[in-house]
Amino acid sequence: MTIDTWLQAVIADAERRGLPELKPILETLARATKALRAADFNDRADGQPSAISPQP
Amino acid sequence: MMTIEEFGRALRARKTTSEQIANECLRRIEADNPRLNAFILVMADEARAQARELDRELAAGKDRGPLHGVPISIKDLFDIRGTATTAASRVREGHVADRDATAIARLRQAGAVFIGKTNLHEFAFGTTNEDSAFGPARNPIDPARSPGGSSGGSAASLAAGMALATMGTCTGGSIRIPAAACGTVGLKPTLGEIPTDGIVPLSRTMDHAGPLTQTVGDAALVYEALIGEPRKTPPAPVPVRGLRFGVPRKYFCDLLDEEVRARFEEALERLRAAGVTLDDIEIRNAADLGTIYLHLVLADAAAYHAATLESMPEKYQKNVRLRLEMGRYVLAEDYVRALAGREILRREVDAALGAHDALILPTLPIPAPLIGADTVQIAGKAEPVRNVMLRLTQLFNVTGHPAIALPSGRTNAGLPCSVQLVGNRMATDALLRVALACEPHISRP
Repeated sequence: MTIDTWLQAVIADAERRGLPELKPILETLARATKALRAADFNDRADGQPSAISPQP
Repeated sequence: MMTIEEFGRALRARKTTSEQIANECLRRIEADNPRLNAFILVMADEARAQARELDRELAAGKDRGPLHGVPISIKDLFDIRGTATTAASRVREGHVADRDATAIARLRQAGAVFIGKTNLHEFAFGTTNEDSAFGPARNPIDPARSPGGSSGGSAASLAAGMALATMGTCTGGSIRIPAAACGTVGLKPTLGEIPTDGIVPLSRTMDHAGPLTQTVGDAALVYEALIGEPRKTPPAPVPVRGLRFGVPRKYFCDLLDEEVRARFEEALERLRAAGVTLDDIEIRNAADLGTIYLHLVLADAAAYHAATLESMPEKYQKNVRLRLEMGRYVLAEDYVRALAGREILRREVDAALGAHDALILPTLPIPAPLIGADTVQIAGKAEPVRNVMLRLTQLFNVTGHPAIALPSGRTNAGLPCSVQLVGNRMATDALLRVALACEPHISRP
């Protein structure tokens, strides 16, 4: 699941659950998750060195 | 207020009693707790009874060691048999602990007198102590300011002389941050060294228990009781001349209040003058620290709270509830990435310590913030208070290395600054010996 897809899904879920105020902190979490996925310690199944390119 | 070591000498010289020191702490609580809100529960009757019994024991020749008769306040996250463990939350209404947490049982065995249970950020999930079902604890040095958190009531109780030591817990800095904000010593031992059973968890993979005290020597005495190996005197300091410290400037000194930076550099200069060699070092993946910590703590906390978030969400403080809800959306694959990053950071800190006796860095990038502040100005830029407060401490919760915060002077406004020393894993005793040696040089004369 890409982070953008994940973010759309979790914001929709939070709104369905009556928690629209979660949206800004979920957007913050999405930025943190992008950074985590871009970190150079991540390894890959194709054997290529580390990091996934940061998404815009 | 006298230190544990001073009290012990006076007690054994028959110049004071446990009951007298307990009454002095209770007097200060009665006078100052209404404005500081440090305590959730004051255990006056139980403390007096405990103290009298310990005085009888000593008179009969039974000496339990350095903590005999010492009044200690306890963060209200630890179970003490027969009392509620509120975690500063309405979620815990009706709870009564049926036995002591192991850490409490060890302190009880060592002769500690439990003076009361202290306020905290709800479920220890915050750095300011503002989100508590019992209202915010306040900093004794300036009650308009936070005492830090999450063990804010603990630090406030110690700094205000309401106890000779206090027990905190630490998942991202919750012992060292309030120690820094209130001008005390705070020790986070190695991960896993002190049992955490009977303590309400925040993150079962990063929670630590440890003491806040007035001196490093006192921290050593409480630490040794907590690991079940009480001794009569603190360990001896190592010779300060010849020590070699690593200074991780990149990332850790990038974002500092100017007065905090000045006090840190002055402490380094005093250490250098005393014969300590200081080497600049780098924790290569330090910039990834915040996101690694976030994914671990959010998911760990969400797992513990999932059932009550569904059944009684209205009982949480709003900000704490939202952060816990955020944790329920962390994907398993990202949690695993954070675990991988954690191992990388652990190796990097191990490597940095390989050629050094300790790492040295500031504890808290800012002086104690004003209660209610969401942001703080650093170098002309508004920074989020929570992120800034965790920035220098959370690494060693992620990696499990022992760390100790020591006061290092004050700002022009009289607010405490602090320096932390970090040692090798499973070598907390060695770190304490180094800290004992450095304490006179780090603490501003």
